[in-house]
Amino acid sequence: MTVEVAKHRELGLTDAEFDLIVEKLDREPNDVELAMFSLLWSEHCAYKHSRKLLRRLPTEGERVVMGPGENAGAVDVGGGYAVAFKVESHNHPSAVEPFQGAATGVGGILRDVFALGARPIAILDSLRFGELDSLRSRHLLDGAVRGIGHYGNSIGVPTVGGEIYFEAPYEHNCLVNAMCVGLAQQAQMVRAAAAGVGNAVVLMGASTGRDGIGGASVLASAELGDGDEAKRPTVQIGDPFEESKLLECCLELLGKGLLVSLQDLGAAGLTSSAGEMASAGGVGIDVDVARVPLREADMEPFEIMVSESQERMLAVVEPAKVGEVLAICEKWQTGAAEIGAVTGSGRVRVLRDSEVVGDMPVEALVEGCPLYDLEPQEPEGWIYGNRATLSADASAEETLLALLSSPSVASKRWAFEQYDSIVGSRTVRRPESADAAVLQIPEAGNAIAVSIDGNGRRVACDPYTGTVEAVLECAQNLACVGAEPLGLTNCLNFGNPEKPAPAWQLDRAVSGLADACEALGVPVVGGNVSLYNEGPEGSIYPTPVVGMVGELPDPNRVSGSGFAREGDAVSLVGPFAPSLAGSELAKLRGELQMGLPRSDIVTVAAACAAVRDAVRAGQLASVHDVSDGGLACALAECAIGSGLGCRVDLSPLLDGGCSAEEALFGEGSGGFLVSGERGALESFATDGVDVHVLGEVGGETVEVGAGDRGIALPLADAERAWRSLPSRL
Amino acid sequence: MIWGVLQFPGSCDERDALHACSLLGEARLIWHEERDLSGVDAVVVPGGFSYGDYLRAGAIARFSPAMEAVAEHAEAGRPVLGICNGFQVLCEADLLPGALLRNEELRFVCRQAELVNAGGGRFSIPVKHGEGRFWAPEETLDEIEAKDQVAYRYAPNQNPNGSLRDIAGVTNEAGNVLGLMPHPEHAVDPLTGSSDGLKVFEALAGTRV
Repeated sequence: MTVEVAKHRELGLTDAEFDLIVEKLDREPNDVELAMFSLLWSEHCAYKHSRKLLRRLPTEGERVVMGPGENAGAVDVGGGYAVAFKVESHNHPSAVEPFQGAATGVGGILRDVFALGARPIAILDSLRFGELDSLRSRHLLDGAVRGIGHYGNSIGVPTVGGEIYFEAPYEHNCLVNAMCVGLAQQAQMVRAAAAGVGNAVVLMGASTGRDGIGGASVLASAELGDGDEAKRPTVQIGDPFEESKLLECCLELLGKGLLVSLQDLGAAGLTSSAGEMASAGGVGIDVDVARVPLREADMEPFEIMVSESQERMLAVVEPAKVGEVLAICEKWQTGAAEIGAVTGSGRVRVLRDSEVVGDMPVEALVEGCPLYDLEPQEPEGWIYGNRATLSADASAEETLLALLSSPSVASKRWAFEQYDSIVGSRTVRRPESADAAVLQIPEAGNAIAVSIDGNGRRVACDPYTGTVEAVLECAQNLACVGAEPLGLTNCLNFGNPEKPAPAWQLDRAVSGLADACEALGVPVVGGNVSLYNEGPEGSIYPTPVVGMVGELPDPNRVSGSGFAREGDAVSLVGPFAPSLAGSELAKLRGELQMGLPRSDIVTVAAACAAVRDAVRAGQLASVHDVSDGGLACALAECAIGSGLGCRVDLSPLLDGGCSAEEALFGEGSGGFLVSGERGALESFATDGVDVHVLGEVGGETVEVGAGDRGIALPLADAERAWRSLPSRL
Repeated sequence: MIWGVLQFPGSCDERDALHACSLLGEARLIWHEERDLSGVDAVVVPGGFSYGDYLRAGAIARFSPAMEAVAEHAEAGRPVLGICNGFQVLCEADLLPGALLRNEELRFVCRQAELVNAGGGRFSIPVKHGEGRFWAPEETLDEIEAKDQVAYRYAPNQNPNGSLRDIAGVTNEAGNVLGLMPHPEHAVDPLTGSSDGLKVFEALAGTRV
């Protein structure tokens, strides 16, 4: 008994959880069963610290085709088509081995999307590293960017957008979140639920090896610390060519109606895919490990069941169609083996030839894990460090240059040029040319826009408001290209939920996410939770990453974010109330502390609607939302994007009670910087939306009047600062 | 004109090339195991990572059954266009001179580039590749320049990969086989960036670029 206790603890189960397993089985689990339980009852698979919170999120909407619980969410885009999408983390594998960690993160999220029968049409990434002056951060950044490019470029899916932030709390625990968007004919979509007693279970794709045994599940469910090098063998190795064949093969099989259901093999491999398919379908599954094609002949049954070898899918097939399925797999040179059958037993049985080596009730294995309540407690004050890198008496020009060259604000061209952003011929707006990626959907006669966002620093200052802001930022980005939100996916990257402060952050953030989605009427159709993101120096910034997909009728009407014409008027539109709290400037000055001003979701939503309508009507020459670094940075970005300077005056903001610094560099939701003909810009006021004409486009300097803190910065200097990232890598 | 676009396992841009060709005539995909190109007037070997390209770009695809047929098609003087990976495959198959090495900066690069053709015409067409640095011995470079086989160069200061003499695309001596690293099939609609790529297809359709 003592030996068994040690074993289950080593696998991450508590004594109480082990006792519960014994109770449900009415006996002690054998090694195969214990391995399977330990993975499906891990945080990564069971969501045992977050599932109760996630019930707060709104998940229903008229356009929802598939919601949480499927491999990915999907929304109706018209014409019989649906857009499927999901964001998922691969943080801990990337912290250990950034190239393969990021590559397989992309590979995994692609499989989630084509498992529904959707062809992947876009990838976006949300990355977080420590400060750029750290060698570790530069190493992780380089590896992750190469890994994303390696996988996405090789498989022919464009990487169309994303974001990268550099903050000290991510030093030991970087974040790599990948989002995939796919397009499906609704009639060809399948769910993951196994069905039809007697149907065959077919394993397709790569053979099964020892790579990644316990990888995602073990790595993702414990804090990082010393000895991470020893975990390197648990990081999976990606093979985009194998996945490319598997993708085409699966889409052909689904197009011909040959599959009953389909599920990818991700964390916990065959154990989770077989278990979850059986659970969703209310059936049982028999798996014969002797029929699983192996890379190494001497693998134990438990190893086969928990292997996280990449590029594998599990399908349920009617017996009469198995021959045709195998023939199409042969055509695509992708492996395929009938490894089991759907049963009416309600049990997952693992066999080795005729010998039963594991036998568990599906319900106990998949749904039996106890769910825990958090014990949240608000920390007393700012629990992260402060490091001043900019003197408080810097001039306004020096401040703007420092902000533009701050790695989180500076141009990410160095990264996104390493990604194929155009394959597939849908990319209407490439990275950094507009606030959201725009992809044409000729099949449905319209286009979609996609954005991903989440500023962890602001969430750390106020988890509720910071998360509301992340949702609003995405909604604003979509409005900038004329898109109306259809659905949202999220990845909740937090620290150890068993500790009071991360628990409080998680609890508040989920409430903010729920309230913002509710108020905007945007359903949450899927997501992922990544907890235990901590290093030796403590927890990461709480980082809810929000991915939003919207629809727009005519991609020809999309304007860019950069100014377009000399002489155009420049206006600030929306309920923008800038504050230095949690801003990039507060970070540079080492003045971060708790608290953010509340955002008024309803008025921001109204501004989004007005901007969206103006873009759709073709009334705006450029639109950019005011984000990191405030209005001064937004103005500089619009100017750099076009090579056209501007002359503006922020006195309307000063008259409203802002200080010059707040007007120039303050941050907050709800601000759009638009340019166009003066009459068109003034018409926003008739919609009841705040609008201030600030000045006009022209010249070769960025001239911003703000009381006694005015700026006159040559465009070339601004551009040099904003493009300085490569010189610091 | 009937266009045939090769499809290898691991091809990425075959559907884009098919779409581009369909704007100019009829177009169909040719599976890598097909040997019969009858009825096809012009062949496109598209971009991507044929057979994974884990060995050397194009090194395996050149041995495919379809490429045997493409070699015969080329020898008969019919048009063949290799784009990116297709260019690499055609070089590996000795249908075009030179070789494509890893980019000078050893990174994949995706950006819009300005090209100049032999007549001085300028084109805006995207590049996206990790192994696109055109290389050949000096005497070969002299020879292909003397024989007007350099079809496209990167405009000054636009060379994205360190290609020798800024070469972006070359033809065989007869002029019916063209390979280039930039992607004309991704420049067929102003909505997605530019429509200059159509001119590349049209030039090849006239078999002299």
